[in-house]
Amino acid sequence: MKLGRRTFLKVAGASGTAALVSLPSPSQARGRVPVAGEEERSVLVDTTLCVGCRGCEAACAEANKLPDPPSDEKAFAAQRTTGPECFTVVNRGEKADGGPRFVKRQCMHCVEPACASACPVRALDKLSTGPVAYDGSKCMGCRYCMVACPFSVPKYQYDKAIPLVRKCTFCSGRQAEGKEPACIGVCPSGALAYGTRGKLVEEARRRVFGNPDKYTQHIYGEHEAGGTNWMYITDVSFEKLGFEVAVNDNSYPKLVRGALGVPPVVMTLWPPLLMGLWAFSHRNGKDNGNGGNHG
Amino acid sequence: MDSLATVPGRNGSWVQDRILLGMTFPVYLRSLWTPFNVVCTAILAVGLPLLVYRFAAGLGATTNLSQTQPWGLWIGFDMMTGIALAAGGFTIGATVEIFGLDEYHPIERPAILTGFLGYMLAVIGLVADLGKPWNMIGIFSNNGTQSVLFEVAWCVACYSTVLLLEFSVPFFEWLGWERFYRPLKKALLGLTVLSVMFSTMHQSALGSLFIIAPGKLHPLWYSGQIFLFFFISAVIAGICMVIVESTLSHRIFSEQFEGQHVDVDKLTLGLAKAGAVVMFAYFFLKLQGVIDNHALGLIGVGFYGKWWLLEMLGFVLLPSLMFAWGARNRHVTVVRVAAVLGVVGIVVNRLNVSVVAYNYNQSVRYWPSWMEISVSLALVVAGILAFRWIVNRMPVLRPMKGHAGEH
Repeated sequence: MKLGRRTFLKVAGASGTAALVSLPSPSQARGRVPVAGEEERSVLVDTTLCVGCRGCEAACAEANKLPDPPSDEKAFAAQRTTGPECFTVVNRGEKADGGPRFVKRQCMHCVEPACASACPVRALDKLSTGPVAYDGSKCMGCRYCMVACPFSVPKYQYDKAIPLVRKCTFCSGRQAEGKEPACIGVCPSGALAYGTRGKLVEEARRRVFGNPDKYTQHIYGEHEAGGTNWMYITDVSFEKLGFEVAVNDNSYPKLVRGALGVPPVVMTLWPPLLMGLWAFSHRNGKDNGNGGNHG
Repeated sequence: MDSLATVPGRNGSWVQDRILLGMTFPVYLRSLWTPFNVVCTAILAVGLPLLVYRFAAGLGATTNLSQTQPWGLWIGFDMMTGIALAAGGFTIGATVEIFGLDEYHPIERPAILTGFLGYMLAVIGLVADLGKPWNMIGIFSNNGTQSVLFEVAWCVACYSTVLLLEFSVPFFEWLGWERFYRPLKKALLGLTVLSVMFSTMHQSALGSLFIIAPGKLHPLWYSGQIFLFFFISAVIAGICMVIVESTLSHRIFSEQFEGQHVDVDKLTLGLAKAGAVVMFAYFFLKLQGVIDNHALGLIGVGFYGKWWLLEMLGFVLLPSLMFAWGARNRHVTVVRVAAVLGVVGIVVNRLNVSVVAYNYNQSVRYWPSWMEISVSLALVVAGILAFRWIVNRMPVLRPMKGHAGEH
């Protein structure tokens, strides 16, 4: 009886503490630059500098052994998305004066990636240096990463008998060797600035808020999905450039944290609760019900 | 050989007695020649080879899945719906073993069998859908603890084991292996507690899978509390499936009930009472979810608004009221129709969440290929045939012959 009471108190204490810990803290709402990810390698894309040469597409295809990108005519005919054999695309948008505005898209490499949190076998994992890396040998092909990604980046090789999830790797191999990602080096116009996230956020703010007449007053990726390693600034609306403007500002893995807190509670609470109900329903000395008309 | 020894003095005819239903082999073969079996064989003959073809040719050649629709019929129907409809196992198990409602005992074993077969088929459907299913083993070694799918996979694996152990009671009884089935029967209460625990977790977690996709799932279905909806609707699915399944069983296998005093109508009315209350609560809880999501204005608007209304009014509120009316006026037929509506409602809900209302704002819509439908159909038929094969032989609907004294 003594042991039972002590166990009960332990369970009650643990559940109470767990409930407190899982409450969202108000300080998160006040946050400026999230400290998390500040030291990660990142890219700032200044779309006002991009000339649409698509050299990054060619360099990406070469570095990742992908098929050659299509000709300019075909490439700009319609808005393209990345695919299993195409990790980055440059799309053409329009400025207010009718001139072209180009935007390079690829995996955003979130600071807290939804895809990696969704992966039950950790084939997708966030490296401390920044890239969201993929290990095909672990992947079981459930495609939950595709469901989870708010930017719909992971693509699947449906045509292969042994398929893989495919997306921009942020050239994690090259970065590990101290080199910059393939797309960065070939950019002739300086549209892609490469550095640590903390520095790039500062640089983005300097440009955007220093030139309020030129830039749209928003840094896409500073807060989107809890912050991404690829960030964008522009002088047109992000919606027009095809960005997912409905993306939450909160970290996506955090969305499920409450639901993932349920199992420990159920595992500690259900067995004693159910046994209590059993004891209650059999309190009049009835047997356990197996003596009925059926085995 | 131990098994044969326990069958008194009939060593030679054990197969004939236990497998061939007392017929000789040629007679048994001829008895299989029925229109129902011919149709089933045709469905299996198309679906099962396609299952093999899928692994040879890949998902692209067999399914209509796309980059915007990563989950289709095999996940939405086989996995999501299959697991929900198999919820009768833990629902009735808890009713009998834990709440002590002994009068439901005759439908406990068929409910557990339905649950077990449902899980097996859901797992086969899942394996067909996975790109590299052999890597599933990584779930148990790679610590993907941030993933809801990690929770689902662990719980489904654990609960399938529990169902197997629960089902092994009639199985060992059939084989006459008393040494195995007696201790298992004693463990039934513990197994039932585990079954409720694991079911609570993964039935709800199947809904939690979509919490991470707020912009993709239509606001009428998306909710931060979707795990509650999934758990409660799983209980509804369990109740409705047990009514449907026991009705069909008592028509089709009526000879098995000879000499038993099982008032199926009375049990059906009792289940209807429970179903009415749970469904009524579920309806208003879903409504709260919509309000919570600031999506009240979307009800009735456009295809999705009307589709949501149809699901909630036609397949939740209507069967709930039919259950209540039927239970009150002792009208079993109304209850049975309501149960069928309830089952259809669960199929519709799970398909809505995982397929129809998922990526609702994408221009390319998904429709399953004939091959996806064939495989799903074949799995359902395989389940029905396995159910029939087992209840014709094992003590599921009736007590074991020759063990009469015990029952």
